[in-house]
Amino acid sequence: MSALPIIRARHLLIAAALAFIALFLVLPLVAVFAAALQKGFEAYGAALIEPDALAAIKLTLLVAAIAVPLNIVFGVVAAWSIAKFDFPGKSLLVTFIDLPFSVSPVVAGLIYVLMFGAQGWLGPWLQEHDIKIIFAVPGIVLATIFVTFPFVARELIPLMSEQGRDDEEAALSLGASGFQTFLRVTLPNIRWGLLYGVLLCNARAMGEFGAVSVVSGHLRGLTNTMPLHVEILYNEYNFVAAFAVASLLALLALITLVLKSIVEWRFGYQRGSARH
Amino acid sequence: MIRLENINKRFGQYPALKDVSLDIRDGEFLALLGPSGSGKTTLLRIIAGLAFPDHGSVQFSGEDVTHLKVADRKVGFVFQHYALFKHMTVADNIGFGLSVRNRRQRPPKSQIKARAEELLDLVQLGGLGDRYPAQLSGGQRQRVALARALAVEPQLLLLDEPFGALDAKVRKTLRRWLRELHKRMGLTSIFVTHDQEEALELADRVVVMDHGVIEQIGTPEQVYMEPATPFVSDFVGETNKLPGGIHVRPHDLEIVGTEGQPVLVDNVFRKGGVWRVEGMFDGHDSLVELDVDATIDPPSPGEIIQVRPRRSKTFTPTGANSHDQA
Repeated sequence: MSALPIIRARHLLIAAALAFIALFLVLPLVAVFAAALQKGFEAYGAALIEPDALAAIKLTLLVAAIAVPLNIVFGVVAAWSIAKFDFPGKSLLVTFIDLPFSVSPVVAGLIYVLMFGAQGWLGPWLQEHDIKIIFAVPGIVLATIFVTFPFVARELIPLMSEQGRDDEEAALSLGASGFQTFLRVTLPNIRWGLLYGVLLCNARAMGEFGAVSVVSGHLRGLTNTMPLHVEILYNEYNFVAAFAVASLLALLALITLVLKSIVEWRFGYQRGSARH
Repeated sequence: MIRLENINKRFGQYPALKDVSLDIRDGEFLALLGPSGSGKTTLLRIIAGLAFPDHGSVQFSGEDVTHLKVADRKVGFVFQHYALFKHMTVADNIGFGLSVRNRRQRPPKSQIKARAEELLDLVQLGGLGDRYPAQLSGGQRQRVALARALAVEPQLLLLDEPFGALDAKVRKTLRRWLRELHKRMGLTSIFVTHDQEEALELADRVVVMDHGVIEQIGTPEQVYMEPATPFVSDFVGETNKLPGGIHVRPHDLEIVGTEGQPVLVDNVFRKGGVWRVEGMFDGHDSLVELDVDATIDPPSPGEIIQVRPRRSKTFTPTGANSHDQA
């Protein structure tokens, strides 16, 4: 009898949480697809294969294809050195890795404008050598790398710290080289955590708006990524096209979520079974 | 023979090893015994090549290996928490050392597999090669770790608290089994432990360490019966510390009719084959424990008894003296 109010409270809480998610997450997602398809599939398709849209999609894929692998390398190297070695300045390095999370993306973009822009520190030198970074693809890639830097490292540092050095030392004592140890012992130990970090990193790399917006210059067909293209179309009252491109980003988010759940499930399973 | 000369190692400001020198004979089973922070694990890691001394040298059979990496020292290292590769089967774990050899020295796959089977039989885990480490018990994992270390045919087997994570029963069985394996394979083995019982039971010689220095090197008998320092006397076995630097083992105190030192008994219980009597020296603040033959009636709490040391050891700032009263 006394359990009844508790059960009622539980149902109420669950209902409130579900209602909140429906209102703020599911509904907007549905709205995106509804708006994109309001003039039918033909208009939807046309908006996606229009040259500027295609250019934006290509640029977004290119940026992610550069930023994500680089951040995998940086992330693994940073996590490795932080988790497995002691050195002076270690806590400072950990703080710096978090910097992109605590700094507004717009500021991140401005940093690059200040450094590489026409009025920036390196601007005159770059102009002399005819290298374009700001308002060009390199700037977009740099800004994206900056913003997505923490994802892989953040995921790996606690994991690698927890695993300690024993496995690597065991491999070395059995005669394995450093590279063999990394490939056959370290990498398998961190594979699910790494995949998880890569997924989040990729989602952010493709979806980043603020930092990229500052350095891009919004040149149609040249320096517009998908999020920037959506904004331009929207400002031109071209709602169907705007939502059509936005729906691709939403789709990416959904795919990421599904993959993330699968990885979490495998990762959790592996972690659970690895405990003694 | 392994020779360590004047090994020094610091971690930041903290001196982990201070001028440690030690000779280890071929075929010997040696225990590094000490409390945590004594430097015993650091010393083992330096012998292995997993850590390097700030000063001093490590020699294997006359050859200076101080700067050789672990991979080039031909040692087998067994970790306290096994360090088995979780994503590999037991057989792949054991075969790992052979499979990472360069192409010219690497045996064919079938041979590695056969070798793994052979070692599994040796550690009495035949037929478990296809399991994953997570599917094994603690004792089984430790034996896999041992088999993996032996697969590369090391001259020297190093074990870091090999039984530390196991429960008492399994520990006892594994100890005896390891002792036998060591003899049968003609290995030189060094193991680290904080458990004096383990060191006394297994080792040919025991190296007692504290605060980065060696307090005593000797056979279990020597270390127990002739402790060189108050620390050894206190750390190895049980000891009553009486005023004046006198150390007496509980089994070296006897109850006498008169002319002993009076002890006020406050607790008596059975400890295996003897009565353990706990009390206080009358008039002093020092606790005393003694063992009394279980075939006679023990004194009861509250009683005052007279005790006398049969055998004691006196530590003065200038040295140690043994006294046999019997």
